[in-house]
Amino acid sequence: MARSVTTQHKTIATIAAWIVALLIFFPILYTIITSFKSEQEAIQGFNLIPSGTFESYIEVQAQSGYFKFFLNSVLLSVGSTILALLVAIPAAWSMAFAPTKRTKDILMWMLSTKMMPAVAVLFPIYLIFRNLGLLDSRIGLMIMLMLINLPIVVWMLYTYFREIPGEILEAARMDGASLWNEIIYVLTPMAVPGIASTMLLNIILAWNEAFWTIRLTTTEAAPLTAFISSFSSPQGLFWAKLSAASTLAIAPILIMGWFSQKQLVRGLTFGAVK
Amino acid sequence: MGNITLKNVSKSFGSTSIIPGLDLVIENGEFVVFVGPSGCGKSTLLRLIAGLEDTSGGTINIDGRDVTGEAPAKRKLAMVFQSYALYPHMTVAKNIGFPLKMAGEDKATIDKKVGDAARVLNLTNYLERRPGQLSGGQRQRVAIGRAIVRQPTAFLFDEPLSNLDAALRGTMRLEISELHHQLKTTMIYVTHDQVEAMTMADKIVVLNAGNIEQVGSPMELYKTPKNLFVAGFIGSPKMNLIEGAPAAKYNAKTIGIRPEHMEISTTAGEWKATVGVAEHLGSDTFLHVQADGVGPLTVRADGELAVHHGDTIYLTPDKAKMHRFGPDGKALAS
Repeated sequence: MARSVTTQHKTIATIAAWIVALLIFFPILYTIITSFKSEQEAIQGFNLIPSGTFESYIEVQAQSGYFKFFLNSVLLSVGSTILALLVAIPAAWSMAFAPTKRTKDILMWMLSTKMMPAVAVLFPIYLIFRNLGLLDSRIGLMIMLMLINLPIVVWMLYTYFREIPGEILEAARMDGASLWNEIIYVLTPMAVPGIASTMLLNIILAWNEAFWTIRLTTTEAAPLTAFISSFSSPQGLFWAKLSAASTLAIAPILIMGWFSQKQLVRGLTFGAVK
Repeated sequence: MGNITLKNVSKSFGSTSIIPGLDLVIENGEFVVFVGPSGCGKSTLLRLIAGLEDTSGGTINIDGRDVTGEAPAKRKLAMVFQSYALYPHMTVAKNIGFPLKMAGEDKATIDKKVGDAARVLNLTNYLERRPGQLSGGQRQRVAIGRAIVRQPTAFLFDEPLSNLDAALRGTMRLEISELHHQLKTTMIYVTHDQVEAMTMADKIVVLNAGNIEQVGSPMELYKTPKNLFVAGFIGSPKMNLIEGAPAAKYNAKTIGIRPEHMEISTTAGEWKATVGVAEHLGSDTFLHVQADGVGPLTVRADGELAVHHGDTIYLTPDKAKMHRFGPDGKALAS
């Protein structure tokens, strides 16, 4: 017998979902509210209605130059994503369509590197970066971000490619398509949604990455994560300014995420349900 | 032309040998069916001919040309897959026209040939649809359309009807046979369904564990199976294989008698049997009986025969149509 879903059930579920969503989103919302308060209001305790002042934003920009950090964030997240795709697409293709008996082991091993605490390799990585002259360089950080997100990118693409039936590629081969034509006319159109959602997710992950971006940069390559942290240490008590900086840092990715939520959800759940 | 010759072709995956080494000649215009149980290597053999798998040894010649190391595209073969393998992002017209596009034909030629193929396959009204909007039978027709437009040397079919329901399978079987009569092109068809093999083939190749058990016309295999495997595989319901004293009486290790080659009587006969299940199909009745001293047998009787569970009947095998097999499982000369 099919389970019946009444209107009442639906209403309750909807309200519950809204409450959970609001709870999750609340810290971000409160940060945004606080950013429109004066410093005095901000330390006065819990208050959901700000006076609506822009002074924190003006000061933050005057003090530290938001746009340089923003530009670095864009370059690092997009650059590292492109690098990751260049490596991950061929890797995922070969694992999905020409697997060997070790393919599963390799995939699991790649994923296992994500379980490793990053701090465990902080010193070796730091020393390598110093010796290669990559500290505080965009290219160095791009490589670092690419490497830490690569397991997820390969896994996502692998799952996605696995959904493309091998017989379709074989049919293209039988139909006289060269490898190049097979990629252009058959593979790419079928894989574009998967590649796009992987790209989006990776941009978000790279944008939010705060461990390596703060530790391997000082000024030149510093992205928005470093921008926020520069407010938190010496001026930690200035909640309004810190909130303004945080809002500025998360706003671009929040807007991007909002517009691409369909692709993101599809990308994250792909392969989970048949 | 479409002569295909396999010489000592073998295939292994790692240390597992799928096809130990096999010779086969397929003449131009023949409809050849590879049949055998799951895992017998029939699909692998087809894929070796297609070039989708590399051979581990031996040579494959198409029209006298050695194509063993050639890419699938260069072999001028067309293949219809079990899953149809249509391009989901392309319309029916684009799917059918894809091989022509790959061959560098101009748009006018492509349109004309796609239109012709669509007419033959009753797809004219569906040309602008995508595969997702078609039924199983229509999808299979698109897959066939994609195969016929490029006028290949031979068609390869890999269990093309196994995803269809029984009624549609019957219709498509006729359509493919009709297509073969029209095109007169070599067709190689893989199936595990011996009914498809019997009804469609000019020549059946029975495979078992990568070896060819027997090659011949459907009636040759039906009338003179070379060994127990072929005897048990070809024919529906299966041939009754009897060992022990009843076989020894005919100087054989095993005797085989088809369900339709036994005379039924309610009074006297060679074997006394008790009826178990009687399947009344209308045209025929299949009796599953337990014969004294012989064992379980399947008997095909007239549809009107009124026997029921628990009845006693007498069976007399038609000796002229009995098959005798030696201890090695090979047929004995009659």
